[in-house]
Amino acid sequence: MTDLSMTKTPLLTVEHLTMRFGGLVANSDVSFVANNAEITAIIGPNGAGKTTLFNCITGFYTPTVGRLTLRHPDGKEFLLERMPGYRISQQASVARTFQNIRLFGGMSVLENLVVAQHNKLIRASGFSIAGLLGLPSYRKAESEAIDLAKYWLDRVRLLDFADWSAGNLPYGAQRRLEIARAMCTEPVLLCLDEPAAGLNPRESGELAELLTFIRDDHKTGVLLIEHDMSVVMRISDHVVVLDYGRKISDGDPAFVKNDPAVIRAYLGEDEDAELPAEVANDLPEVAQNDVKRAEEGA
Amino acid sequence: MEYFLQQLINGISLGAIYGLIAIGYTMVYGIIGMINFAHGEIYMIGAFVALITFLALGALGITWVPLALVVMLAASMLFTAVYGWTVERIAYRPLRNSPKLAPLISAIGISIFLQNYVQILQGARSKPLQPILPGNLTLMDGAVSVSYVRLATIIITVALMYGFTQLITRTSLGRAQRACEQDKKMAALLGVDVDRIISLTFVMGAALAAVAGMMVLLIYGVIDFYIGFLAGVKAFTAAVLGGIGSLPGAMLGGVVIGLIEAFWSGYMGSEWKDVATFTILVLVLIFRPTGLLGRPEIEKV
Amino acid sequence: MTALSVSSPRSIAWPAILKEAAITAFVALLLTVPLVGLRTVDRPTGLGLETRWAEVAAAVGLVFLGRLGLCLIRDGQPTVVLVLAAAATAAGFLIQMPTEALRVILIAGGAIIAIRAAIAIRTGRSKLSQAERDQRMDRIAAKVQHASRWLGPIAVVVALAFPMTPLADRQLLDIGILLLTYIMLGWGLNIVVGLAGLLDLGYVAFYAVGAYSYALLAHYFGLSFWVCLPLAGLLAAGSGVLLGFPVLRLRGDYFAIVTLGFGEIIRIILVNWYQFTGGPNGISGIPRPSFFGVADFVRSPPEGTLAFHEMFGLEFSPLHRIVFLYYLILVLALVVNVFTLRIRKLPLGRAWEALREDDIACASLGINRTNMKLAAFAIAAMFGGFAGSFFATRQGFISPESFTFIESAIILAIVVLGGMGSQIGVVVATLLVIGLPEAFRELADYRMLAFGMGMVLIMLWRPRGLLAHRDPTILLYGRNGKGAGGAAAGTAAAGGQGIAGGRAK
Repeated sequence: MTDLSMTKTPLLTVEHLTMRFGGLVANSDVSFVANNAEITAIIGPNGAGKTTLFNCITGFYTPTVGRLTLRHPDGKEFLLERMPGYRISQQASVARTFQNIRLFGGMSVLENLVVAQHNKLIRASGFSIAGLLGLPSYRKAESEAIDLAKYWLDRVRLLDFADWSAGNLPYGAQRRLEIARAMCTEPVLLCLDEPAAGLNPRESGELAELLTFIRDDHKTGVLLIEHDMSVVMRISDHVVVLDYGRKISDGDPAFVKNDPAVIRAYLGEDEDAELPAEVANDLPEVAQNDVKRAEEGA
Repeated sequence: MEYFLQQLINGISLGAIYGLIAIGYTMVYGIIGMINFAHGEIYMIGAFVALITFLALGALGITWVPLALVVMLAASMLFTAVYGWTVERIAYRPLRNSPKLAPLISAIGISIFLQNYVQILQGARSKPLQPILPGNLTLMDGAVSVSYVRLATIIITVALMYGFTQLITRTSLGRAQRACEQDKKMAALLGVDVDRIISLTFVMGAALAAVAGMMVLLIYGVIDFYIGFLAGVKAFTAAVLGGIGSLPGAMLGGVVIGLIEAFWSGYMGSEWKDVATFTILVLVLIFRPTGLLGRPEIEKV
Repeated sequence: MTALSVSSPRSIAWPAILKEAAITAFVALLLTVPLVGLRTVDRPTGLGLETRWAEVAAAVGLVFLGRLGLCLIRDGQPTVVLVLAAAATAAGFLIQMPTEALRVILIAGGAIIAIRAAIAIRTGRSKLSQAERDQRMDRIAAKVQHASRWLGPIAVVVALAFPMTPLADRQLLDIGILLLTYIMLGWGLNIVVGLAGLLDLGYVAFYAVGAYSYALLAHYFGLSFWVCLPLAGLLAAGSGVLLGFPVLRLRGDYFAIVTLGFGEIIRIILVNWYQFTGGPNGISGIPRPSFFGVADFVRSPPEGTLAFHEMFGLEFSPLHRIVFLYYLILVLALVVNVFTLRIRKLPLGRAWEALREDDIACASLGINRTNMKLAAFAIAAMFGGFAGSFFATRQGFISPESFTFIESAIILAIVVLGGMGSQIGVVVATLLVIGLPEAFRELADYRMLAFGMGMVLIMLWRPRGLLAHRDPTILLYGRNGKGAGGAAAGTAAAGGQGIAGGRAK
């Protein structure tokens, strides 16, 4: 694993991240590296501190201890833990989605994507003054913004729904729209919090394709929290496993799948019983079936 | 020193009144997450019912003060509670699942309605009442005098608070109430009649506000239809200061506000005392939005 | 379906209905005994009591009948109820009642029940669900919204032409000015509440800052209205930034209360700082506006200046100034409207609406929430300041009494009743909230009573406001393209969902 990351350029470096809420330790001394143009999955049982980690990276929480370095491909560096929330997207170009979808429900699909390009547009509108006067420079910027929105709508197959209000879309479409909205900020790092939750297997498959497209064609790093192991194992280049706020494993999917620490975390503590090889290999499927069952139940 | 003690007692009795009103705000906010803007008006109605009861007793020839006080207390609590119940039933319950602004506007509407309702029925002029409980308890060789009314206010408030705390912490009703505060859906699934609990919350809040109204009538001896607004805002300030949702917090906040007002008036003059209160509200909300006894809240993402 | 159908009336469960009505009547009895039945009166010997048991009995009886009527509608007898309720309303109008209050109750109550019954007959259902009502109203709102494309310009033309018509006497012009002032304030507050989703309960503070800015600048420095108007706007905007900066981080309800507190602080300062502001007595003799600094509206101007009527060779008429004021406020209001309509299509306006919908998502998209909210606050404050200095120059006299909380509540009511974010809604709500009470001036005492009741009723009937409907600010397929009709228009949620953190707990 280490030899792999030598050849790639690190995008996000997390060092000794600890996050406490009063007495509760949500993350404890977590360190890992996410590379540029790679999909890094963060997995772990519920309550392992995955979303907290995300909130630290995207600036909603300030970590108690630790350093988060983001290095753009052009060499610019940002210390995320020192930046106020909105600047992480504005300047460091980190975009995210939310576990419980946060769209602008009353606004149209297209408006959602145009709002995502706010910083670019508000400069073009001369902080509204040129815009109010109707100067052509703003009109040009707006039509470019619409083109970018159309491009991503086409990618997530929502072009026909552009004028719908976002809140009226079906669930799966809302998930895709949220990813499109994040991509409209033109990020170098895209953080996705359980993007496959509540999707059916066909939709999960499409999601996997979309993410590989984002990685390969846009050279964007993806940080992914996901429970759906079929997605994780298929598309991840690198998997980080958290349990009780600590990192317990880190490596490529094949390595993590067979790591005894991971198996213990998922299947419970049983020191003596070596898991038979076939059980260990089935583990992803077990988890996947869990998800499926949950879906059928829902 | 004597002056200080005097202001201290004035402040505590005033604070007790704010605290009683604040409990209504804090309980309603705790359970349905709305600012019951009409609560100040409920308190004003409590004061008027107490006044009317006293006059009615006088007309009936009942002048024995202890009996009159008990009847006043009971009547104002009862009738005002009915007002609290009705307001919830008419103006808030149908809006339970509406956008959050709707019940607030409805509450402002009720507040305007009740103010004018009392103004039309009882007249716009302020109502003076001769002291029912005259006399002072003198301490420190007469340097500090505590009127019996203020003493009674403090004692009744403490007694009510004790009883009320018992009600909330010990009885099944209180348990249901606290459960609804945590999670109404889950409480309903477990067989709690949520509508009834919310109604009762309003009833209890109104009854306590009525006591405050009666106290104000007794202490200051003059009321009018407009007293609800300012008292309401100050009591809400007290609730926020104490930490909204917290019952001891409401009482504590009330006393703090009462003390600040009393000392400010005592030493700086009464003109700017309201500005002092509002400034405190603003400062508390900015620097410690959870209040003195509130639970910290993390932005949920 | 059939159980609710009116065409197959069920047998009426009389005992249950009577019991229900009796319980309601009992509550009414408890409500009315102390405050209605017993009234405090001032006697030479002190306070006395008067009894009015007839009114209590009448009120209890009417409540009993009203509840009975509602129960009967539910049980499938709307026709009977409609006839009876309509009759009661008519009786309220025609027959002399012992007191005015009873008459109002009879008319209002009868009308409401009659309307309920009529709806039940038309829809075949005793009660529509909230969602159905929302849908119906949203369709109407959408129609009005679309109609406002051509209705708006017509309304502007009518408003422009109005002073030229023979109809325009002093009284109507004054009402017109009053309505336009509130429309302007409503549109101004709509930026903060309707677009940015910030519940501002102290908007009147900026109105006061504007009014006092002009009055004091004119009083101490002798500056003219045309110099002061922009200054007043700037000062109001400045105070908006000053007040807004510390509080904009607060959650919805807290924000509301703090703005209320600020409003009160400003009013108390105006009252108490009497050396500077004139205290409770206010400031009088505020100069009237001139015709753009060129000519004055006076019969005989001082030496060396020009009078308006001389300049245009007209007969002198005191109406000229009123007409001028009318046009002035019309233009000011239209400026606010045009600004809002344009800003909605710009990044700033879109960011406001996005903040209203979900401000955490906004942060994740790199939107500087504080600056955006501050901009909304300052701009709305500026418009409030303009309106305030107009108010000062129109009245010639201002005092803190014009800037109480109730004023803020009225402006907020206009915005919310109209339907948040809806420009046309503000106009309709102003006509209702300000226009109707003006029309019923003889019911002076009951005006505010009815106003409060009306606010509650409209909220119950239409919690999102009368004309809450949002059209997207940008369409990929045009107005008649894909999904433009059904789904895109189905944005009933836009109005209030986002504000102050969505639904109540």
